[in-house]
Amino acid sequence: MLPELSREEILRYSRHLLIPEVGLDGQRKLKAASALIIGTGGLGSPVALYLAAAGVGHIGLVDYDVVDASNLPRQIVHGNGMVGRLKVESARARLLDLNPAIQVEAFNEPFTSANAMRIAEPYDIIIDGTDNFPTRYLINDLCVLTGKPDVYGAIYRFEGQASVFYAREGPCYRCLFPEPPPPGLVPSCADAGVLGILPGTIGTIQATEAIKFLLGIGSSLAGRLLLYNALDMSFEYVKLKKNPDCKVCGPHPEITALVDYFEFCGVPGLDHAEGPTGAGWDITARELAKILYRGDNIRLIDVREPHELGISYIEEAENIPLGVLAAHLGELDSAQEIVLFCKSGTRSARALEILVSAGFRKVKSLEGGINAWAREVNTNLPVY
Amino acid sequence: MKIPNPLRSYTNGQAEVLVQGATAIAALEDMLSQYPAFRPHLCKDDGSLRAFVNLFLDRSNIRDLQGLDTPLAPDDILTLVPSIAGG
Repeated sequence: MLPELSREEILRYSRHLLIPEVGLDGQRKLKAASALIIGTGGLGSPVALYLAAAGVGHIGLVDYDVVDASNLPRQIVHGNGMVGRLKVESARARLLDLNPAIQVEAFNEPFTSANAMRIAEPYDIIIDGTDNFPTRYLINDLCVLTGKPDVYGAIYRFEGQASVFYAREGPCYRCLFPEPPPPGLVPSCADAGVLGILPGTIGTIQATEAIKFLLGIGSSLAGRLLLYNALDMSFEYVKLKKNPDCKVCGPHPEITALVDYFEFCGVPGLDHAEGPTGAGWDITARELAKILYRGDNIRLIDVREPHELGISYIEEAENIPLGVLAAHLGELDSAQEIVLFCKSGTRSARALEILVSAGFRKVKSLEGGINAWAREVNTNLPVY
Repeated sequence: MKIPNPLRSYTNGQAEVLVQGATAIAALEDMLSQYPAFRPHLCKDDGSLRAFVNLFLDRSNIRDLQGLDTPLAPDDILTLVPSIAGG
């Protein structure tokens, strides 16, 4: 039995009620429906806002982060007054302000193999609004194993992807991407940047697909991958087919329960603070400051992109962007101490791997990048 | 061959690379001969594509056609589609 709409709800949703494809029954379906949104960041923000506005009766939010000022240009569910507060609480307050008639459950915890089944169990549909590969594979496998649809979106700078992975009817995420890229090969938004409005476009497409699925109308993105390019303003589709060798949704699956996704993706887990190459290869901002003050003979290499030098730079450093570092190895002396740095330490860890695999041993990566330098040594520099 | 933004650091920022070849593998090899530093990131040791990247001929994944032996016609458009994680 679908729930009835109150007089207030009939007024609120009148534009939906006018569309024959939605109508009274469709709006009652939305009221009875539940959606779990993993991540309340760039993608999760528009998804949460539109699902709440549309009257999806039960919305779950999973995140373990706090609102940071650098989130606000794209994570539009959060306001300036919420900086420093838990993201799930900030988002929950905004959604209930938008639509007090819905229920919003906040899970202030990382989404992991240990809690995913418990959290996701009551929900009809799962929205992937995460920013990392381990959680994306976790969401996919969870959805395949429980028969739920995974509404997928992912972004990079000016480009986005969206699809619906619903293994009951079509391919899953693993059919398309059996394995993640090696850590560091495809940079994250925190390292590479992202156009703030990009997740608005992709997240809104995810919300559209979720609402269509819950209403049971239209042709979904299942079996298709949408490729969006904001600079070209192009929307293209490619066809996706079920992979008969898929390890989770194929006829002979190897994965029949949730696994350790950090290990699968080759990245350190949440409890591990050290970089991919381990401790001993790092140098702190204060240690680097001492070395430079003493005037030691070191080579300080900034592996960021040239346009980032306009934001902040260290005078003693030379700029060799990560993408061209491999081509400049011949200019480096393996007998000299080398210190690499980037914005926050991810790209310099990758640069470190390149140098170490080329035989360099006297090389370190600045922990926390130039942002750590700006916080601890030269506080005149901005953090970005 | 269309190169998406996340992989353009390996093609000197080029969004499109003109390639020649009668098959997908020939076209891929032509691209890699122009940007040799790209090879270890894109291909396994046996020359096949790594599992995080797909090559599409128009709208079809070459895995669903004849793989790297998929024949090409003049003016065909190949698109590399890597997995991205940002959100």
